[in-house]
Formats: sequence, C-alpha cells, structure tokens
Amino acid sequence: MDYFLSEEQSMIVEIAKQITDERIIPQRAELDRKDEFPRDILNSMAQADLFGVPIPEEYGGFGGGCLDIVLALEQLGRGCIGVGTAFAASALGVYPIIISGSEELKEKYLPPVAAGKKFAAFGLTEANAGSDASGIQTTAVLDGEEWVLNGTKQWITNGGEAQIYTVVAITDRKKGPRGASMFVVEEGDAGFSCGPKEKKMGIRASSTTELIFKDCRIPKDRIIGRAGTGFVTVMKTLDSSRPGIAALGLGIGQACLDESTTYAKQRVQFGKPIISFQAVQHILADMAIQLEASRALVYSAAKHIDAHPKDMSKVSSMCKVMATDMAMKVSIDAVQVMGGYGYMREYPVEKMMRDAKILQIYEGTNQVQRNVIGQELNKEYSRR
Amino acid sequence: MKIIVCVKQVPDAKDVRLDPKTNTLAREGVQSIMNPYDQYALEEAVLLKEQLGGEVTVLSMGPPQAVDVLRQAISLGADHGVLVSDRAFAGADTWATSYTLAKAIHKIGDFDLILCGKQAIDGDTAQVGPGLAIQLDIPFVTCIQKVREASESELVLERMMDDGYDVVAVSLPVLLTVVKDLNIPRIPSLKGKMKAKKAEFKILSAEDIGADSACIGLAGSPTQVVSVFPPPPRGERAVLTGTVEEQIEQLVEKIAVYL
Repeated sequence: MDYFLSEEQSMIVEIAKQITDERIIPQRAELDRKDEFPRDILNSMAQADLFGVPIPEEYGGFGGGCLDIVLALEQLGRGCIGVGTAFAASALGVYPIIISGSEELKEKYLPPVAAGKKFAAFGLTEANAGSDASGIQTTAVLDGEEWVLNGTKQWITNGGEAQIYTVVAITDRKKGPRGASMFVVEEGDAGFSCGPKEKKMGIRASSTTELIFKDCRIPKDRIIGRAGTGFVTVMKTLDSSRPGIAALGLGIGQACLDESTTYAKQRVQFGKPIISFQAVQHILADMAIQLEASRALVYSAAKHIDAHPKDMSKVSSMCKVMATDMAMKVSIDAVQVMGGYGYMREYPVEKMMRDAKILQIYEGTNQVQRNVIGQELNKEYSRR
Repeated sequence: MKIIVCVKQVPDAKDVRLDPKTNTLAREGVQSIMNPYDQYALEEAVLLKEQLGGEVTVLSMGPPQAVDVLRQAISLGADHGVLVSDRAFAGADTWATSYTLAKAIHKIGDFDLILCGKQAIDGDTAQVGPGLAIQLDIPFVTCIQKVREASESELVLERMMDDGYDVVAVSLPVLLTVVKDLNIPRIPSLKGKMKAKKAEFKILSAEDIGADSACIGLAGSPTQVVSVFPPPPRGERAVLTGTVEEQIEQLVEKIAVYL
C-alpha cells in the first residue's frame, strides 16, 4: 500500500533497504549461528547516517521523528531483528539524555552516537525488576563530587559492545518510584564491568549481558535530570521507543510473507504449485491482512506521536502489541506453509520464528502493554 | 588531492537481452546503472579524499539522462559532477571517447589522479582508461587491486596479474584503472542523498570543450562495427547412465555415428 511518504522518508527507506539487502541478508544466518555482534554492518549504517536519524539536529543528527525511525527499523527488521535490535538499542540508550539530560550531557554524548562512532545501551532490568520496575535494587549514593553505584543489571542489550550506558538506580529508597534516578556510565569507568554474553533463543546477533557496578564512581554531573526523576524518564523513553519495536515486527512479518509466498509458488505437490490450494492461499491471505493492518496502525501511531508528543503512551503500546503479536503469528504461519523446509535451518523462516518471540517480551511485555492501554482507557473515561 | 573519476552509465546486466531482429542491445525498458567497476573507482577516490583531503569530480560522457549516475556519485561522496553530452559524440568508439574525455578534463582544470573502472560491462573493451592517459600524456597503471600507500605526490599500488600481483610505485599525476577487489563500495548516506537531490551539474558540449569535429563521434572513430551477434547456442548434451561398461558402450555408439 502507498503510505504517501515524504521524499526524505523515502530516502531513509532506500538506504535502510540497501543495507538490509546487501549487508544484512547475506550475513544473517552466520551471525545467528555464531552469536556474532554485527560490528561491520553497524559501521556501514553509521556511514550511511542512520544512527543520526533519531538525534536532534543541534547535536549532529537529523532530528527525525518517530515515523522516520520506524521506517528504518522496518527495513532492518526484514533482514534480521538481531541486527535491528543492536541498532535500536543504541537509540534507546540515548533517549533518556535527549528527554531529560542537561545541555552538557547532550553535547558530550549525543554527537558521537549520532555519527555511529559510539554505541549506547539502556540499563533498567534486574533479576528482580522487569515488568515491576519498583523492584530495582541498584543504588546510587552521592559521596562528595561523585555518585557511587552498586548493583547488577540483567539482560542489557549492547552490553559489552556499547561505550555509553544509561542506567536506573535508586537514590532514595523511602520515596518508592520517586526515589529512582538515571545516570550515564561510560565503558572504562572504575568499578563498572559487563558479564559474559547470554545464550539466547533468537536475536543472537545482538549482545545481551549483565552490567555490574561495584563501588562504581562517576562524576556528580552524570545524573540525567534531577534526582528522583528516573521513572518518569524511563516511562517517556519506553513510550518513545516502542513503535520502533513494532517496526521490527513489521519487518519480520514482511519477510515471512515474502519467503512463504515465494515458496508456495514454487513448491509443487499433487502436480500443482501449493499456492493454487485454497488451504494455503487462506493462510497467506490472513498473513497479508494482519501485516497490512499492523503497518497501518504503526505508521498512524508514529504520525500521532510526531504530532502529539505528550500523548503517546496508549498509541505506542497499542502499536507495539499489535505488530509484535502479528510477527509471532505470521512467522509461525510461514514455517507452516513451508512445512519441513520451513523447519530447517537452511531456510530463514525458522530463525524469524525464534527471533519474533522476543518482540512480545522486551521493552515491556505485551501483557504490560495491555495494562497501560487499560489504565489509559480508565483515565480517559473518568474524564468524560 | 584533486581526483577525477570517469563513470559510465550502462544497462543493468541483470536484464540485458539482444533484439533478435537487429542483434543490438534492446535498451528499451532496461534499467541503467553506474558501471560496476566505476563504483570501485569512485569509492577509492572518496577514501583517498577522506584520508588526504581534496575533492572528487565525477566525469561522464553520455546522453542527458546520464546525470543520474552523477547524482548517484554525489550521494556516494563525490563533490562535483560534469557531463559531456552532445549529439555530435554519437557513435564514438574508444579512441574518440578517450579524446573527448581528455578535452573535457582540460576544460575541468588541473588534477592529481584520474580513476577509471577497468572496463565497462557493456562494451568490455578496457581501452578508454589507457586511451585517456595517452591523450593526456600521463602515465597509467591498469587493474589496481589495492592502494597500499598514498601521499600527495606518490602512490604505492598492487596491480593484479594472472599469477599474483605486482607492487608498483608511481608519482602523480597518474591514471589508474581498478578491479573489484579494490574495496567494498559504501551505501549512500542520508546527507549524501540530500546533497545529490539538490546538486546541479555542468553539461559540456563539443563546442564547450573545444573538440575537433573530425576527432569525435562516428567520424573520429577508427573502429567500424561490422556485425554484432549473440554466441551460437550450445550443442545438444546427453547424460550417460548405467555401469561404467554400459556407459562406454553407449559412448562408442554415439561416436561411431561420426566415423
């Protein structure tokens, strides 16, 4: 369908498409098999200016909106959401600085991330704090001119590969959610280290590690915003980034439809290509319907967010749920259409099915998203 | 360093076919691309610019729509583009093309390095690069697979040979033709695409470059194409099966027909 993209948006799509077709697709199976971080691919994205898309112009970026980043991630997701996740997580890592950081932090950290010379990561989750962010144990205590961080973050994307980490720590336990703050930690800061790479079901090209803080001392001015504003920053960050996860889901959905439809036209059984059987046609038709409906919602949500940045929670969650549930369903259907071949590692859809699952889990599970939507509905209807 | 890269717009080899009646390339509906070897030349020019400073000018000879490849070159890091275009150039062979490009380069001004693809994938002659160097009276080295060292005055290069490679040191100015092992061309950047969209290109006619009308186009071309034809189709093939003895028997039978 024609979504009437602007000329600049079409350029972003063309560039991301070329990177996907020429760099990601030829390498994705090997990256998956070897759990290998796609450094070369990310470098070519940096050279093509893609890392600058979500960063404001005054800090060396393109000041792109939500739809711009969605378009880029959809293309990358068509190739490999492991690579797409590594790319997206760098943007996620600096959103807190863009949203709440001081001018000094913005000037110091945004330009190298916009140029793709440095990668960023976002550290929220812990062993006992995922969906329930109030369970955070990591602490930050002000000691003279320095904050001292202690604790361990878990399952942090780009861990060990990023140079800039934005992390959540409790600065005042008594205040509950209002006692959390966000900080910038740099690779090489004394007392900061990353754990070994986790072994995952999918998105194996992306790196996932623990972040370990043992009396990690950082300068006082590395706090993002005022003390106690950490949760607000986290919520705004995730609201901004979720449509990007939805976009990765669109990418997988499109790739699954492409692979399984092409296969169905070639595969001959009972003397006919299997696409001539209604049973197969209906599966493909349902895949196409769900994909296009999801795309329409994701693009509309992104446009809404660009126009109304203060009213994004509900639409952001809605598009994330719809597009990622679609990605899971459509990838399972793609394997089904391709039968035994689909289940084999020589064909890409088994990887897509393994990869798709994470989309329903990370950046807020789809159950938590439904909570957000429900709570927003409750608020809206109380106002009537 | 001032670098000129010569690029040619060619039909995309993925969908080339011959018109069965005229035996010429059926160009209608075939997409045009930048000659792939020229893409490596352009990438190396941009890498040298990033390393040593300077500017990259792309030069093409062709019909007006050849500005598309100049625009593409800007998106990939070139600074300027020049198109030499005139009906009088039609029918030029490699010698007349070399003459025309040399005249255009005189018009562009001074340069330190000229980079060309080894050959264009449509004509496959590999003559224009060396011909241009002769016309400009500068040295040339063909089939460069690697630039080992580069400075403002000298290059150390690897020239691909059938049985390995030569290491060649040359002083500038020089013309190089390049092979695909040289580098991996980059993907256009967003900044580059935006710049390309706005770029304007100088279009030079035969008169603008002061070309002698006897040296350009068909009149200036010593090469005469007598006929163009597709290679004959391959003969019939057969796969022999059975034991080795049976296969030999079948083979003998087949050969016997011709004895």
